[in-house]
Amino acid sequence: MSILALRSWLLAEVPGSKSQARCQRLFIGWLAFRRNPVAVIGLLIIVSLILIAALAPWITANDALELDLGQRLQPPGSEHWLGTDELGRDILDRIIWGSRITLYIVGLVSIIVVPIGLFIGIVAGYLGGWVDTVLMRLTDIFLAFPRLILAMALVAALGPGLENAVLAIALTTWSPFARIARAEALTIRNSDFILAARMQGVSTAGILTRHVAPLCMSSVIVRLTLDMAGIILTAAGLGFLGLGAQPPTPEWGAMISLGRQYLIDQWWVPTMPGIAILIVSLGFNLLGDGLRDVFDPKSGG
Amino acid sequence: MTDSPLLSVEDLHVTYHTPTGPVLAVKGVSFELGREKLGIVGESGSGKSQTGRAILGLTAPGGEVRASRLEFQGTDLLHADKRTMRRIRGGGISMIMQDPKYSLNPVMTVGKQIEEAFLVHSNDSKREARRRTLEMLRAVQIREPERVYRAYPHEVSGGMGQRIMIAMMMIPEPSIIIADEPTSALDVTVQLQVLAVLDDMISERGMGLIFISHDLNLIASFCDRILIMYGGQVMEECRADELSQAKHPYTRGLLNCLPRLDGSQDELAVLRRDPAWLDIREKIS
Amino acid sequence: MIDIQNLNVVFGHGKQAFHAVRQVSLAVEAGQSFGLVGESGSGKTTVLRALAGLLDGVASVSGDMTVDGESLQQQRSKSFRQRVQMVFQDPYGSLHPRHTVDTILSEPARVHRLDRIEQRVVAALEEVGLDASFRFRYPHQISGGQRQRVSVARALITDPRIVLLDEPTSALDVSVQAEVLNLLMRLKREHGLTYVLVSHNLAVVAHVCETLSVMQNGAIVETMSVQQLREHNSTMPYTRQLLTASLGYDRGAIDAFEEFGS
Repeated sequence: MSILALRSWLLAEVPGSKSQARCQRLFIGWLAFRRNPVAVIGLLIIVSLILIAALAPWITANDALELDLGQRLQPPGSEHWLGTDELGRDILDRIIWGSRITLYIVGLVSIIVVPIGLFIGIVAGYLGGWVDTVLMRLTDIFLAFPRLILAMALVAALGPGLENAVLAIALTTWSPFARIARAEALTIRNSDFILAARMQGVSTAGILTRHVAPLCMSSVIVRLTLDMAGIILTAAGLGFLGLGAQPPTPEWGAMISLGRQYLIDQWWVPTMPGIAILIVSLGFNLLGDGLRDVFDPKSGG
Repeated sequence: MTDSPLLSVEDLHVTYHTPTGPVLAVKGVSFELGREKLGIVGESGSGKSQTGRAILGLTAPGGEVRASRLEFQGTDLLHADKRTMRRIRGGGISMIMQDPKYSLNPVMTVGKQIEEAFLVHSNDSKREARRRTLEMLRAVQIREPERVYRAYPHEVSGGMGQRIMIAMMMIPEPSIIIADEPTSALDVTVQLQVLAVLDDMISERGMGLIFISHDLNLIASFCDRILIMYGGQVMEECRADELSQAKHPYTRGLLNCLPRLDGSQDELAVLRRDPAWLDIREKIS
Repeated sequence: MIDIQNLNVVFGHGKQAFHAVRQVSLAVEAGQSFGLVGESGSGKTTVLRALAGLLDGVASVSGDMTVDGESLQQQRSKSFRQRVQMVFQDPYGSLHPRHTVDTILSEPARVHRLDRIEQRVVAALEEVGLDASFRFRYPHQISGGQRQRVSVARALITDPRIVLLDEPTSALDVSVQAEVLNLLMRLKREHGLTYVLVSHNLAVVAHVCETLSVMQNGAIVETMSVQQLREHNSTMPYTRQLLTASLGYDRGAIDAFEEFGS
């Protein structure tokens, strides 16, 4: 199908099938998203991160663990673009391999957090009553602790390691999602289309999954993208404290932690992974802002 | 009383520039308003509300207003500076909106809000403002003006809220009131009582009223003269008591498709829209 | 077809309890249209929702309700949901904003495990005067009148016996109102439907119904035939005042209006 034909298919006045209608909605959302240059930059950063992570074996010389003590603490230059660390490993290579770990953390946390938060939030908001009270007090307990402190406590109990760090972050991140989903569900619960669904005999489970959840998704996704930066920073913080990924894994936070003793004389060792964290966090934040504009209910999408 | 019109509008256009191209909301509306009750009736999208807003310069951002004449008692409203417009809004022309819940400030007592509306347009003392406010509340048939004076907007009923809005809009003594569906949110008996208040004040003070509504029956029984709008244009203008003899097929269509209390349960006539209604007038202008 | 005896609905508890419906009894025969008329807060919509079983967990409902020979329990049966459908007032609020017309119409058919869902959807659209091109549009892509037609089509999918109409035309322009009223009248004739219509508009009730009850402050003031309404043949001052008010603005008549408090 040519580009023009595709475009007219996407913008057709009368969609001919369910999938075409869905694609059209996505396309119109994309057109709105594209108008926001800052959001597009955010998207580009995230897409590059994914590409870099995917292509890591081909764009790096080795697996970032190989030691070359003769080349230790080399400054950035033509041979090592971002320099080398205290064990002579190329920092750029390590950052590239580290992007996989960052994505792994972010992805795993989202997979755990979104369903839990969404489920608790919409059940509490839609059913109300004592269910709401119990679930929201539980949420409050998790919200009451600063995230990093709670994560540290959990990791200390579970033992250091990447998987445990992910689990700890997930357990400390779901509560705001539950709050958001509940707030959305509370307003949706009283709308006529929910009454109409009940009138048709749709079960409570059906109403929650097919009617309430899709409407909560957009604000949850926006919140998730905006939270990504926080997740990455918490993961880096745990790595920095030695509670997350263990050396020699090229996790960005752990890299900063190990490099901090060289900050004065070999500044690039801790700085380069720091910049990587900064750029990726920024990318997620910009993307989240753009998505929020697209999902804004007032825009009719 | 002079016979010169309070407001003259000639060839008014309101255009919205949207990403998908310009949208013409009002296309060449002309009318004059004297000391009378003029009704503008039309369905949603007819441009009736846009006409009212354009007169006060309240067209939403992105909208462009053009007219060959838009004059209020000799002042050109199209080219007036911001200060003149501020003086005219409220002092010369007031607007009553549909829902008082959104037009009143929820954290300020009713009395304070009316006083403020009065003090913006006069240099009188606070004491005088309070006296005038209570007098005004009494004039809009509020039985316990002292209590309502101290009440917050959420503490009053819908009909009371709309009376308060009328008091607030009347207190700077404007010459023209533009009422945009002022009573559509109210029950029918309350609606009529509120309209009676508005009616009495307008005839006592010799003001002009532009009454914008979708309710043909109400407009016909309340106003003196009616403009029937469709697609941003005036289809027909007639005296209210002659509405039943209206000639334009759109007006006839609107009248015929109303279910009637004294009618039968037969099929209602359905309005057939004729694109020619809009074409002919566009060619002329 | 419908028999309601001594219906009471109370919102809230204790001191904040609000008695929204008091001792309402009414009966509607099969194939008839029954109107509930009243001003806002009169409890007319609450009666409809109590009948529909939409007040679970919101209010305490007491009284005996029988529909089509089935005595209604707190939890409505699946067959009740198939036989009794509803059309809501606000065409913008009663359709799910993220569902296509096709999804909206096929859901009730799927819930009640009906066959030939696709044909049913197309037939229902045709029945309400919309062609198949509307099938995959979203509610925000169609006009208010078309949305209300979709709501009517959704109510018809399960082949109901009774349709509850909650101010079905009050959010629409008069020309669209005429089209929707004609549609409702035709469907009633063709399917032998029973309607309960809630409206504040006496003319609409007179057009659609045979019998009506006037409600005020949660109680029925008067039950009369539409013929009596047309002839202004009412014994109750409240009804007479509503009738006068519905005729339009008459400065002289307004001063005679009374407050009908509780």
